[in-house]
Formats: sequence, C-alpha cells, structure tokens
Amino acid sequence: MCSLCGILGGNEHWADAVARPGVYTRSAERIDRRRERARRVALANRVLSIFALSISDWQGTSYLLSTRTGKTEIIEDLGHLWPAAEKLLGRPLDPLAEAFIDRLEGEADG
Amino acid sequence: MAENWPDFTPVTLLTGFLGSGKTTLLRRLLTDPALANAAVLINEFGEIGLDHHLLERIDENMVLLQSGCLCCTVRGELSDAIRDLHSKRERGEIAPFDRIVIESTGLADPFPVLSTLKADPVLRHHFKAAGVVTTVDAINAGAQLSTYRESMRQVAIADLIVLTKTDIAEEGQPDLVAALVRRINPDAPMMASDDTFNVARMLEGAETAHASSLQSPGGFYCDDPGDLPRKDDADHPEGIRSFVLVSEGAVDWTAFGIWLTMLLNRHGDRLLRVKGILAVAGEEFPVAIHGVQHLVHPPVHMSSWPDGDRRSRIVFIADGISPELIERSFNAFNGLAGDSRAEPRIEELQR
Repeated sequence: MCSLCGILGGNEHWADAVARPGVYTRSAERIDRRRERARRVALANRVLSIFALSISDWQGTSYLLSTRTGKTEIIEDLGHLWPAAEKLLGRPLDPLAEAFIDRLEGEADG
Repeated sequence: MAENWPDFTPVTLLTGFLGSGKTTLLRRLLTDPALANAAVLINEFGEIGLDHHLLERIDENMVLLQSGCLCCTVRGELSDAIRDLHSKRERGEIAPFDRIVIESTGLADPFPVLSTLKADPVLRHHFKAAGVVTTVDAINAGAQLSTYRESMRQVAIADLIVLTKTDIAEEGQPDLVAALVRRINPDAPMMASDDTFNVARMLEGAETAHASSLQSPGGFYCDDPGDLPRKDDADHPEGIRSFVLVSEGAVDWTAFGIWLTMLLNRHGDRLLRVKGILAVAGEEFPVAIHGVQHLVHPPVHMSSWPDGDRRSRIVFIADGISPELIERSFNAFNGLAGDSRAEPRIEELQR
C-alpha cells in the first residue's frame, strides 16, 4: 500500500523494478535486494545527515524517515523519500543548491 | 479463449501545437494497415468537437473527450474512456483493437497522459505508453517554438517528430524548423508527414521504442552523441536546451537512484527528458534509463555496449536548469559511493 496516499498496490518505482526480462533491477534475488536496501540506507543517510534527517530499513518492506526530534514518516520507496523529507522539514530540498553540493562534496572527501 | 490483442496494448500519444496537422496525419495513418485495428481517443479544447468528424471514421472504437484540455480537466475522463474500451473489448462488445492512439489538444502538456497510464491501477496492467509523436508545422513552428512554451514542451517530450506542411512550405523553411527542433530535442527521429508509410512503421515498432531507441548504434538516435550540444553550449540558461553529461568513471547505481529521485522531485517539471546509458559499477553491460519529467521508465539492462565508448552518457532536455550544477550534483552523489562507508554492514544483511 502506498503510505502517502493509502492506495492499495502503489506504483512500482523504477529503482526497485520488478525482475523481468530486459529490466535492470537488484530485486531479483532476496540477498541482492537486502544488500541494495542496506546500501541505499547507508548512502541516503549521508545525504540526509546534511538536513539532520535519518532513514532506516523497516522489515525490509518500508523505510522510516526521522528528524532528530523523532518526528517520523513511513515511506515505501525512493519516490516517496524526498516529498516526505520536504514535508518533515517544511522546506524544499534542492540537489542543485550550491551550498548543498559544497557540503556533499565535503562529505565525500571526508 | 486466445485473445488476439497484446498483453500490454500500446498507447501512442499524438500531440503538436494548434493547427500543426495532427488530425490530418492521424487520418492518413488510420488508412495504413499498421493502424487498421487502432482505437482512437480524441481530445478537443473547446465547446464543440469537430476533429472526430474530420477523421471520417466513426465507430465504437472512437471516443471523443470533449470537456476540456487533456492535461488538466480530462485526466479522470481519459482513464475512464480507456477502461471502458478495455472492458468492452474483454466482453467482445467492440471489435478488438491492438493499439490506442490519443490525439491531444494543441495546448496540452503531454506528460499527464503518460502518468495517467502509469498511475491508474487497471490501466497499468493492460496498457503501456508507446511513445509520443509530435507534429511540427514547417511553416509556423519557428514563431510558435519561440513564443509558446507548450509548443517547446511538446517537441522536447517527443519520441518521434513529424514535420508537416513541408509540401507547401517555402524552400529552406523546413530545414530552418528542423534545426530549431534539433536544438530542443536532438535525438528523436524526424520525418516528413507525407512519408506516412514510414511514420506508421515507426509506430508499429514503437512498443519497443524505449528500449530499442537506447540500444540503437551509438546508444542514441543520432550516430554520435558527441555531436549533441555539450553543456558548454548552453548559452541560454533560461530556455529549453539539451545537453549531455558524460561521465568517465563507473556510476554507482544506488547513489544514482538517490540522486535522480531527489533531482526529479524538485525539478521534474523542468527536466523534460532524461535519457542515457550508464556504465553501472559491477555490471558488464550498460543500463539504459529513460525519463519524462517525473516519470522514469523501468531501467533497461542492455545486452551489449552499442559501440566502443564505455563512458556513461546522459542526455537532458531541461528548461532553465544549469548544466554545470547538474554535473556537480551528479558527481558529488556518485563520489559518496567511492569509499567504504557506503558498503552495507553485515548485521544489516543478516536481519
């Protein structure tokens, strides 16, 4: 179910495509899917830490996105991550903002 | 009972500015065997629909969506109309159709039609977007493209561009218009409307267009993506421009997913097309991605590299977005994956 709109059978997100011929996905094998989710959490946390947010895997089916004060949203996939993050913070998160890119470049170097 | 229609019926969107020859093209196309079994949806902006009369083919497979512009008021009506055609076909109440062509109003933004197909829980299991065909008027497009943003967006989003009125245009005019179109959309194939035969052939093959267009020699429609405008050429940052981001190193798939979703969340309205082949770290063969505004198609794992070039290439058609910032942002995200902190911890895997 889509946790934002409550509709059963939410969209398939392109980054978690259902395994089928010709389609690139890391969801085909269970271990690959878990590894990709764990990796996604680790990488996303490094980006989200710039905004004082953090994300964790929830039961291998959803993610919990939280502020430092504990305000939390459940999200299904990457498609919901950024709208939910913006909602929690109450401001737009722009990957092209120069200040953000500077911080991210510092993060990658450090 | 064996059904004589495809599992996923292709839906082609025919768009183009007001008076650019959509109905004329459709009328010609419907005489071609490739579209003989097509159902047609027509959307008109205005109180009285006329286009369906001009088509001279009135049957139960032709539906007129009349109450407004497809991009704003008729989205519900559009999914209802397609669902209705689908259920009538299932019940055998109408002649089976193997394709749907939607003719949109000249003012519609094509994106909502594509997202309607993907968002509707019934439609997305029976239909698939098979590409956007945009008609461009060889006589008037010069002025339209510089004046009306809708016109530019229709060209930018196109999978196939059909130049119309080339037979009555002055000499040289179609070439000028073609050059203008190329600046907005460098890699969609362009054809003249009098070449109906080949336009129909393109539509026939369009259900695989997303994959095959990306797997054509060179990875793009044009032979050498190096010919595309480089980011340095983007001298009009406020207008719609296309540019290609070339990355020498491997692309981290996880970081790319986080980056592209963040980018599309904030700038999807202005990123008309994102299309490219990625050298994904850890993969022998490239992955093709294809997005239209907020909508990204499932990534295609290509079976081989199209040429000797092993670099990742991503073409953007963007409206007022700085190519330099896109490149910096892309590299910053990709750089995150370069160290060991990005690797998953064992305990997370064993839960």
